[in-house]
Amino acid sequence: MLAVEILGLEKTYAIGFWKKKRKDGLKSLHLEIQQGEVFGFLGPNGAGKTTTLKLLMGLISPTAGTARILNQPWHDPAVRARIGFLPEQPYFYDHLTPIELLDYYGTLSGISAPDRRLRIPKLLERVGLAGQGGTQLRKFSKGMLQRVGIAQAVLHEPEVVFLDEPMSGLDPVGRREVRNFIQSLNREGKTVFFSTHILGDAEALCHRVAVLNKGELRGISVVADLTSQNRSRFEVVWQATAAIPAMRAFGNETHVAGEVARTIVRESQLQAALEALKSQSAQLISVNPVGGSLEEYFLQKLGEPDKVPR
Amino acid sequence: MTTRIRAIAFNTFREAVRDRVLYNLVFFALLLVATAPLLGEISIGVQRVLLINLSLSAISIFGIVISIFVGISLVSKEIERRTLYPVLSRPVGRGEFILGKYCGLAGTLLVNTMAMTTGFYVALLLMTRSFTRADANILIAIYFLFLQFIVIIGLALLFSSFSSPLLSALFALSMFVAGSFAADLRGFAAMSHGPEGLLARAASYVVPNLASLNVITRVSHDQFIPAALVGYNTLYTLLYATATITAAVLIFSRRDLK
Amino acid sequence: MIAAGVLVVSMAASFVLVRKIEAVYPSAPMEDVLFISSPEFVKRASLGYSGLLADIYWMRVVQYFGRKHQRESKEYKALAPLLDIATTLDPNLVVAYEWGSTFLDQRLYFTLAFVQYLGQHDYLGAAKTFEEGSKVPGAHPWMKIMAAKMLTDAGNLETARYMWQNIYDESTDKNLKQNAELHLASLVVDQAVPQLESLISEFKARTGDNPTSWRDLIASGLLRSIPRDPTGTPYVFQSDGHVVVADWRKLPFITRGKPQ
Repeated sequence: MLAVEILGLEKTYAIGFWKKKRKDGLKSLHLEIQQGEVFGFLGPNGAGKTTTLKLLMGLISPTAGTARILNQPWHDPAVRARIGFLPEQPYFYDHLTPIELLDYYGTLSGISAPDRRLRIPKLLERVGLAGQGGTQLRKFSKGMLQRVGIAQAVLHEPEVVFLDEPMSGLDPVGRREVRNFIQSLNREGKTVFFSTHILGDAEALCHRVAVLNKGELRGISVVADLTSQNRSRFEVVWQATAAIPAMRAFGNETHVAGEVARTIVRESQLQAALEALKSQSAQLISVNPVGGSLEEYFLQKLGEPDKVPR
Repeated sequence: MTTRIRAIAFNTFREAVRDRVLYNLVFFALLLVATAPLLGEISIGVQRVLLINLSLSAISIFGIVISIFVGISLVSKEIERRTLYPVLSRPVGRGEFILGKYCGLAGTLLVNTMAMTTGFYVALLLMTRSFTRADANILIAIYFLFLQFIVIIGLALLFSSFSSPLLSALFALSMFVAGSFAADLRGFAAMSHGPEGLLARAASYVVPNLASLNVITRVSHDQFIPAALVGYNTLYTLLYATATITAAVLIFSRRDLK
Repeated sequence: MIAAGVLVVSMAASFVLVRKIEAVYPSAPMEDVLFISSPEFVKRASLGYSGLLADIYWMRVVQYFGRKHQRESKEYKALAPLLDIATTLDPNLVVAYEWGSTFLDQRLYFTLAFVQYLGQHDYLGAAKTFEEGSKVPGAHPWMKIMAAKMLTDAGNLETARYMWQNIYDESTDKNLKQNAELHLASLVVDQAVPQLESLISEFKARTGDNPTSWRDLIASGLLRSIPRDPTGTPYVFQSDGHVVVADWRKLPFITRGKPQ
């Protein structure tokens, strides 16, 4: 079962005084996230990362498209008991203490009172807020609030955790702690989907990354493929048809998004791959060398012109 | 579902208490205490009338202000800021959220009103030295004021579900004013013709019927309040509140959060 | 959707309840309005919305009196202060004789005009009100005359006498009749006192001396007999040339002839 399937989710906004102009928040997005992986959602500010997360959480409704989380429709309330969410720069109730807040959220998540009593202190310790449980949240620094945010995201032991910019507001020590936390979540078998614009974190933590820019998916790849020292790999992008099984035979990661498919092959496989596409009369879109670092891949993807066929 | 609604209601109540929003009680008590010596020169009968009028009017004003203020800051502000994200990303329905908020607000106002009522009866006792049968009658007036608050909270909630905190407060206040003159609106409608009359008529029914919930003057003169009125007003409040909450749920369910 | 259905039903039911409430407790009762003693205060408190407030008062008065079918004097007590407030709020309050489809009672107009004329000295307003009141079917013809008099002889005592005489003639209520009688008597005094005082001046002019009593005036031919006020008591002669009544408490409405 896939953890998350995003099937053409789209969000356009009507803006302007008379609500006439259209603005793209997210163009039709196709994405699949495997269970047990750590997936990075990269992109500059305003790329549509938060929009995607808000759509998945049911905070806003899509203009088109659907999604499935743990094989259920994404807006199904039952599903929300099995996922956790950390919003970007979270706000909480000023006059509550972390313990009261977690108790409140825990009740809403359906955790029984005895369970809450057990879990909350342990969780606070785990996120490094051991002595602060009784202090009102309005006295917390940004970094401390971020930790509270992480705590509430995992309180109910969800199977999939969505984190929007989890490192924001943290000093290097804090960031290291969050990184470790994400890794420990993953070791517990949880799927982690987080968005960030800090490539170093993504490189260190993620199995796969997707690059988003101006509401559009620009690239998606296995991190290992991108960071290998061997620079002789190529990303092949084509219009998806029946050539896919043939391409998968090269044993590499293939990703299909709508009508566009892409895969990364070794230099030695390149010729064979192009032949395979040609023999199936598939429409080749682009061939580009990749490798070296995530940063290079990222910048390359941002720089490329619009390739989604209309 | 009820567990969650209860949790939301309790949390709302706790926010209100800690937000020092209820410190109006202190002002109220001080107001009563301050006016007591001023009444010294007047005969005891008139003193009583004045105390009742003053106190109940103060309860009314404070209560309305709190209703609007608390309704806006605990709902509209919450929707504007992002404190809602961790709540709604949990298995909480939008309708449950609205209901929970309403109950929390109503509970806040109930405690508020009860505290002010106690303060009033203490002042009354100090003045008249003993309670009479007529003093119980005053409770009806206070109960009606509470019903007013319930109605206003519902409206504050409704407006919060789609507009900004400032606009919501303005709308709620306008509805309060309009509702206080509902009877006059009906009178005007009865005397006008054509589309103007029809509009006035419609407005006079949509606007909350607050005029009938104000019996302060009557109880200050120990006049009788018909039991039927108590029943009808209660029923009316229930129906009106149901309508506003349902509308709020309908609107809020379809709304994109910032 | 269930929710939409609940909304419609509860709203509709609330409308029904409003009517039921109106039946049990006709709102905008006059009592709240009665306890405001100062029209000026109301005007100041109305924060610029005095015109609107005036209309609301007027409407409430009309509705209230529209509901009662017997006119008791008790209601008249409330009426005048209310109308006083209404006209203070809006001095230009002019009401048509027809409001909606109801013809208003002419006595409502009369009271309003009364307040404007005697209480506020707003002769123009009183004229308009008398005029409108005279249009009500079955109105007394003297209303029209009063309207005309307001415009020309408002300050005139004769006008006031004309009005009070008509009130006296038309009233069935004993208290009102008595009240009108006292007013008429006061008017007599208000007219007589200046006349008497001018006679005293005349005496002084003729003889160069102040008269010492009524007898002096009778002796000089200026008076025929000792002048008496409407209660039958002689007017009191004062050495400073002023004339006062013996017991002004019996004539509460006089404006002349009051002891200093």
